[in-house]
Amino acid sequence: MTTYFTKDHEWISVDGPMGTVGITDYAQEQLGDITFVELPGEGDKVGKGDSVSVVDSVKAASDVYTPVSGEVREANAALNDEPELVNTKPESDGWLFKVLLSDASELDGLMDEAAYKAYVDSL
Amino acid sequence: MNAPNKSGWKPEMGAAGETGARPMTSSGDAGLALEEPLIFELGGFGKCGVDFDSEPGEISPALAKFARSAPVDLPGLTEPETVRHYTRLSRQNYAIDLGPFPLGSCTMKHNPRLNEAMARLPGFADIHPLQPMDTVQGAFEVIEQLADWLCKLTGMEAVAMSPKAGAHGELCGILAMRAALEARGDAREVILVPESAHGTNPATAAFAGYRVENIPATKDGRVDLDALKSRLGPDVAGVMITNPNTCGLFEREMKAISDAVHAAGGLVYCDGANFNAIVGKVRPGDLGIDAMHINLHKTFSTPHGGGGPGSGPVVLSARLAPFAPIPFVRRDEKGRLRLIEERGAKEHLPQTFGRMTAFHGQMGMFTRALTYILSHGVDGLRQVAEDAVLNANYVLRSLEDVLDAPFAHAGPCMHEALFSDDDLPEGFSTLDIAKGLIDEGFHPMTVYFPLVVHGAMLIEPTETESKAGLDRFIGSMRSLAERAQAKDESLKTAPHYAPRRRLDETRAARKPVLVYKGEGVPPGEPSLSEIGGS
Repeated sequence: MTTYFTKDHEWISVDGPMGTVGITDYAQEQLGDITFVELPGEGDKVGKGDSVSVVDSVKAASDVYTPVSGEVREANAALNDEPELVNTKPESDGWLFKVLLSDASELDGLMDEAAYKAYVDSL
Repeated sequence: MNAPNKSGWKPEMGAAGETGARPMTSSGDAGLALEEPLIFELGGFGKCGVDFDSEPGEISPALAKFARSAPVDLPGLTEPETVRHYTRLSRQNYAIDLGPFPLGSCTMKHNPRLNEAMARLPGFADIHPLQPMDTVQGAFEVIEQLADWLCKLTGMEAVAMSPKAGAHGELCGILAMRAALEARGDAREVILVPESAHGTNPATAAFAGYRVENIPATKDGRVDLDALKSRLGPDVAGVMITNPNTCGLFEREMKAISDAVHAAGGLVYCDGANFNAIVGKVRPGDLGIDAMHINLHKTFSTPHGGGGPGSGPVVLSARLAPFAPIPFVRRDEKGRLRLIEERGAKEHLPQTFGRMTAFHGQMGMFTRALTYILSHGVDGLRQVAEDAVLNANYVLRSLEDVLDAPFAHAGPCMHEALFSDDDLPEGFSTLDIAKGLIDEGFHPMTVYFPLVVHGAMLIEPTETESKAGLDRFIGSMRSLAERAQAKDESLKTAPHYAPRRRLDETRAARKPVLVYKGEGVPPGEPSLSEIGGS
């Protein structure tokens, strides 16, 4: 399983053809207390860079862009009752959705953990 | 013998300035600082404020299935109890008539009393929209004169007076743009919106069926012209630009933006919410703008924020004027003013995109706005813009040494001053400053908007605050910034003097309780349905 990061502060953890997407610890820290997560629908066809989810915090509503194209296979229903999971466990239990990748080569343009850390430090 | 003590001070009160522990009261009230329960908790079940017929009427058979089967659990209060409940609540409120409302982007300013007096004249206040037109010529005259002023002040061809608020006006402008594009058989699907626009802009474009794409801002807080130009193309219906923008800055490249959009076949919408900063100075029509709404409350001092209703007339360029909505007022050949509706549209405005509102618009707001315009005149309106900008710059320069002002280096601001939380020490936030401002007796500024600035604090003093009033506000802001710098922990728990302390806003958003969940009718008390209106 390999995890990649985007400049928009999403992470995607890829296991075979399936990717799990969430927002990074840095992103949740910037957003503050998250109050609501609008999840994509299962079966939605999504294109890389599409806004597929919205994360509401006490400060702002932010779009979440899918790092890859494919089909949404599962949304994290636990967030409907506990949106705070995105704050407490952004990179594990606070995942947003799982997507079946249609083009694994799209991962090539993403950052690895070290590159993302350097990117965040530069902000 | 000593002189009589006029202050009312007695020895047992202690020395002046001493604040000893104060006794609790059994009611929770403290003198005139009133504590007020929910209306359901007033214990009013079994009473009723009005007398109904003692015999309930027959229920029509057609409605029988809707007959009430369980108590409604409405509180039953007498008239004085009801009046007192809402009056007591209103005393916990803060209003523009009590002090400044420095909300950036909202423009909360004084509502001159002359406006109110004119709006209450029976010839304007007591008329009905369906009255015969010959009996409301004066009201039509107000609408026509105001429309004429709005066109002249903006340098535009026509104005749609009926939209009921700013966002409604945005929708009107975008629908006119769509009608114009469709009339030339040009189906375009994208509206470009810069980061520094009002949040309602992308919502309006999406509501009108367009796909929204963002245009980034430059480092100095303005639209990135190169990024905009590179995105223009045959699929772009137009742009929505707020000018002056929500960073409180004038979009200096506006003419170049408009020219580029027009060259690519698109149209230009300008969010004119911040027109108060440029009225009398700049005519948006000269900047190539095709449609712009004007929030009458922001620029022309009609009530705002619960004092509404709003009104958002939309001025239109010659390109869009043929597509304006109905109804509108026009003078006929005999000099009488006439309301043109569906029937007259075929003759007067065959390409109108249709109707947005039941009637002509917000008459009360029109009267107030025209009163404001006529009492100021052109020179006075120009001074409104100058004073609004001067006041905002006074706030900006008076606070930039204690708060980070991200765009202050780029020159003066327009009508609002923008600060970030970058200079606040670790653990202190914009929210702490805002809550501290409540203790200082001010309504907080706009916080966390615009999003382009971290922990934004957006302050719009407006032209109606005097220098002395601004100095008091600045003094409070400086004190709060200094307390944060000194890591005064008590700031984190502010407000301390409001009717309620700091609320758990996160929990309120995550687990909102939107209906009364108390006991309802106490056991043994008759419910309102049972007392049957006795």
